[in-house]
Amino acid sequence: MNPDILTIEHLNFWIADQHIVKDLSLSFPENTITAIMGPSGCGKTTMLRCINRMHELIENTRVEGKIKLSGENIFKLNAMALRRRIGMVFQRPNPFPTMSIYNNVLAGYILNGISLSRKEKDQIVQEALTQAALWDEVKEGLHRKGTFLSGGQQQRLCIARALAMKPKILLLDEPTSALDPKATAHIESLLMELKDTVTVIMVTHNIAQASRISNQTAFMYLGELIEHGTTERMFTVPKDKRTEEYLSGKFG
Amino acid sequence: MQPRKRQTIGEWIFKASLVLSGGLIVAVLGLMCLTLLTHAWPSIVALKWKFVTTNTWDPITSTFGAEAFVIGTLLTSLLALFISLPFSLSVSIFLGEYAQRGILSEVFKAMINMLAGIPSVIYGFWGLFVLVPWIRTFQIWVGIPPFGIGIFTAALILALMIIPYAAAIGRDVIAMVPNELKEGAYSLGATRMEVLLTIVLPTARSGLFAGTLLSFGRAIGETMAVTMVIGNSNLLPTSIFAPGNTMASVIANEFSEATNAIHVSSLIELALYLFVITAIINIIGKWIIQRTEVSHG
Ligand SMILES: Nc1ncnc2c1ncn2[C@@H]1O[C@H](COP(=O)(O)OP(=O)(O)OP(=O)(O)O)[C@@H](O)[C@H]1O
Ligand SMILES: [Mg+2]
Repeated sequence: MNPDILTIEHLNFWIADQHIVKDLSLSFPENTITAIMGPSGCGKTTMLRCINRMHELIENTRVEGKIKLSGENIFKLNAMALRRRIGMVFQRPNPFPTMSIYNNVLAGYILNGISLSRKEKDQIVQEALTQAALWDEVKEGLHRKGTFLSGGQQQRLCIARALAMKPKILLLDEPTSALDPKATAHIESLLMELKDTVTVIMVTHNIAQASRISNQTAFMYLGELIEHGTTERMFTVPKDKRTEEYLSGKFG
Repeated sequence: MQPRKRQTIGEWIFKASLVLSGGLIVAVLGLMCLTLLTHAWPSIVALKWKFVTTNTWDPITSTFGAEAFVIGTLLTSLLALFISLPFSLSVSIFLGEYAQRGILSEVFKAMINMLAGIPSVIYGFWGLFVLVPWIRTFQIWVGIPPFGIGIFTAALILALMIIPYAAAIGRDVIAMVPNELKEGAYSLGATRMEVLLTIVLPTARSGLFAGTLLSFGRAIGETMAVTMVIGNSNLLPTSIFAPGNTMASVIANEFSEATNAIHVSSLIELALYLFVITAIINIIGKWIIQRTEVSHG
C-alpha cells in the first residue's frame, strides 16, 4: 500500500469523565478508502471529529495522544488552517440554505474571506461539482438555492463543498445513511473515483458498503480499536471474534 | 371499553372548550373593531382624508387634523427602533449564539424578562425623573431650548422598552439556526465570527426582521410612558427635540376631557387606525417567525 498520510498514535479522548476513545492507534495510507465500523455509540464519530479537531466545539473535553498529518502533529497547528486541509461530510446533508449552489461550493472561500477572480471561481465550482458527480445535473441552475436539490444531490453538493478546498483528506460520517439505494450507489462510485487524489476516511454502518468500496477496514468496540487491516482480510479471516460477529451481521 | 369512552368524552369537552374560547377571542376582537368603527364613523364621514392630511388639532374650534400625531408616532417609533437595534441585536447574538447555556446566560435572560415585565408607567416615571434632566442638561449644553421632554426623550424610553422584547425574539431565532449548518461552516475552517456573519445571521435574517417589525408594532402602540415624557403638544414637531404627541399619547391625554361628540369620535378614529396597523404588523411578524420555525424544525 501507499505511504501513510495520517497517523493516529495512542489517541485518548474524554468528554467530562467519560472515556470515549481508548488508546487508539491507526494509520491511513495515502489515496485509499478506510471504513470505520462498529456498533452504535462506540466512538466512531468522536474519533473522526478528532482528526479535524471538530471535537473542540464541545465543552469540557480532554484529548491525549498524537495525530500526525504528513508528519505534523495536528494539535500544534492552527485549528482553522487544519480544517481547511481536511474536508468533512456529515450524516445529514447540510447545504447552506441562504446560498446558491454556486456559493455553496465556494462556501469555504467565502467563509474564510478568500477573494477569488470570477474565472477562478467558475473553475473551482466546475471542478468540484464534476468531482462530486453533480455537475451535469446542476450546471443549468447554478444560481438556484442548494436546498431545492434532492437529498442525494444535496449530499453530493456537500462533498463538492468540501472538495472545493482541495483537501488531502476527506472525512465522511455515515454519508449515505439518510439516502436511498440509488443515491447511495452514486456516492459510492464517486468516492471510488476520488481515491486517486484524496484519502477517504468513512464511518459507515453499512457492512456491504464497506466491503464494496474500502481498502482498509477498522472495527471499533466500546471506544477501542479491536482490529484493522485490509478490507479483504478483515472480511475473510477476521482475527477477533467480535469483528467476525459484527461483520457477519450478528450484532450491531 | 369504559375508560376508553370516558377519555373520548373528556377529549370532546377539552376540544369543545378550546373551540369555544378560541371563538370567544375572535368574537371579542371583531366586536372591538366594530365598536371602534361605529364610534369613529361620525369623524370619518365628517373629515374624510383631511383627518390625516392636515395638522391643526384644536378641540375648541373643533378642528381635527391628526397629521402631527401620525408624524409623531412614526418619528418616535423609528427613532426608538434605530436606537434599540444595536443593543437588541448584540444581546440576541450573545444569548442565542455565544452563551446559550450557563449561569451568565441565565442571569441575563432573567434580567431581560424582568425588564420586559415592568409596567410602562414605571418606565414613564423613570423617564421623567432621570432621563428628562439628562436630556435638559444636554440641550443646554448644545444650546437648544431645554424642554427635557419631547419626541427624542419618548424615543429613548421606547427604545429601552423594546430592547428586551426584541432581544427575546432575536435570541430565539438565532438559537434556532440548526447546529448542522454551523458545524458545516466550522469544518470548512471558519472562525466563530465568520460563522456568525456568513451563516448564522443570514439564516436568521427573516426572523430578525420579524422581531424588528414586532418591536416596531410595540413602539407604535405604547401609550403610558410616551404620554408622560413626550410633552403633549399638538403642533407639528419642528425638531426631534421638540415636544409632540403620538396617536396613542394624544388619545390617553385628551380622552378623559373630551366632551364634544366629534372630538371623541376623532380620538376613536385614531384608536381605530392604531388597532388596524398594530394588528397587521403583528400578523405579518408572527407569520414570518412561524414560517422560519417550520422550515428549521
Ligand atoms: N457532545 C457529547 N456530549 C456528551 N457525550 C457525547 C457527546 N458526543 C458523543 N458522546 C458520547 O460519546 C460516545 C460515542 O459517541 P459517538 O457519537 O462517537 O458514537 P458513534 O460510534 O458515532 O455512534 P453512532 O454509530 O450511533 O453514530 C457515546 O457514548 C455518546 O454518548
Ligand atoms: Mg456517529
